[in-house]
Amino acid sequence: MTEVQIEIARKTVPGAKGRGPHLVIADLRIGMARGEFACLVGPSGCGKSTLLNIVAGLDRDFQGRVDFGVGANRPRIGYVFQNPRLLPWRTVRENVDLAMPSDLRDKQLVDHLLAVMGLTGVQHQYPERLSLGMSRRVAIIRAFAIQPTLLLMDEPFVSLDAPTARRVRQLLIKVWEERAHTVLFVTHDLREAIVLADRLLFLSESPMRVIAEIRVDIPRRQRDQEPVIDSFRRTLIDEFPPLRGLL
Amino acid sequence: MRRGSHDVYNVPSTELIGFGLSLGAMTSLRWYSIASALLLLALWQLAAGWTHSSLLPTPLQVFEVLVAEVRTGQLPYHLGVTLARLLVSFVLAMSLGTALGVALGRHPWLDRFFDSWLLLFLNVPALVTIILCYVWLGLGEVAAITAVVVNKIPNVMVTLREGTRALDRDLLEMAHAYAFGRLKTLRHVIWPQLYPFVIAASRTGLALIWKIILVVELLGRSNGMGYQLHLFFQMFNVPAIFAYTLAFVIVVQTLEFLVLKPLDAKARRWRR
Repeated sequence: MTEVQIEIARKTVPGAKGRGPHLVIADLRIGMARGEFACLVGPSGCGKSTLLNIVAGLDRDFQGRVDFGVGANRPRIGYVFQNPRLLPWRTVRENVDLAMPSDLRDKQLVDHLLAVMGLTGVQHQYPERLSLGMSRRVAIIRAFAIQPTLLLMDEPFVSLDAPTARRVRQLLIKVWEERAHTVLFVTHDLREAIVLADRLLFLSESPMRVIAEIRVDIPRRQRDQEPVIDSFRRTLIDEFPPLRGLL
Repeated sequence: MRRGSHDVYNVPSTELIGFGLSLGAMTSLRWYSIASALLLLALWQLAAGWTHSSLLPTPLQVFEVLVAEVRTGQLPYHLGVTLARLLVSFVLAMSLGTALGVALGRHPWLDRFFDSWLLLFLNVPALVTIILCYVWLGLGEVAAITAVVVNKIPNVMVTLREGTRALDRDLLEMAHAYAFGRLKTLRHVIWPQLYPFVIAASRTGLALIWKIILVVELLGRSNGMGYQLHLFFQMFNVPAIFAYTLAFVIVVQTLEFLVLKPLDAKARRWRR
């Protein structure tokens, strides 16, 4: 479990030729409690992936800071990128095993995850022989298998068919409830966000900042009931008209 | 190369389909190559019979000289000396060239600085490097090896620079996010991407070093294939020149076939 404090004063990227740098994030502040599940919801291209890269320590070129609690080390991060990013020269199984720190190798856990995701039969294949949906599932397994203290997910269920997406969503919640860890989940699907999150963070177009923070108070047991989710969603949009523009 | 039974029906003999050939076509293709080689031999025999001169020996004469030279131990000795030089200069050129090429690929400022140097070295004729090495370092083994290495390094550098530039950023980021560490990243993320470039550099490199090394020996050594060929040239001993050339070609092709080709195939095994 990890506490996360994100403060980004300014993040720019080089602009197109002849134009100045482009401001992606300005005055963004997000605090996450230990073990919290937060969904970032916002229009595509607003800088959500940039934010996750900053949190993961992949992008250090910004003004501000990311803290993981007082005196805490870098958390063990599981990161599901928008594209699967598997090593094509290593088999499915090797891809998962390689990501695990040597003191955390848990063969049974990997076996279990592969089975739940329906990938046991292809574990010794090379990723180029898999479909995109299968590769994405491998990337998700890799993130779960390292037993992260901080899980970053960047629209992980895109291009999964609806039944698979539902199954993987349930697995995610199950894994999260069994072994509490902090989750930062990026999506542009409001319904998905409501099903999963403790808290929704709505983000604006660039420069990106938080325009609304909403706690989802639906009990976890009721999250599989579509009418409940739908009514929550409707109320939300009625109460915060600016959200309509984002979605 | 494939593990797991499920592969068998998922991937029906990719290799053959990749070439667009069936097994039968492969066999007949092999015969086609053999026939072509035999035709070349026949043409040689015809030409030799027609000119009837000691300056163009028949295949059989060449073969006899080859056997005789092997018996006296002359050919194995000189071939061995040349191969030893080849091995040393090849290893030196590959390791130095790889290190420098990767450095240039990783640091644009270094690349910009050394680009003109590289251009110069790529275009200096091999003969000039060889002469200068002998002039500056003396007619010794060090000069000979240096000359070959200096000739070869720029090519390796250029190839590996391309390889390094083409490294996949997404995968490097993944390795970083999952805290792979230096060694693991190098072994599992970077090396597999550089490997095909190293193999390509090795194959072209071998072909280049071969040709240069003979000139090096001809100009400044008192043993090796180049030295022997020079001797035969002065005596107009064409059958011996043919015999040595033949031995040389056989050795190079064996190296290519037994070492480099399998390594190349290994690099591709994960591809679809």
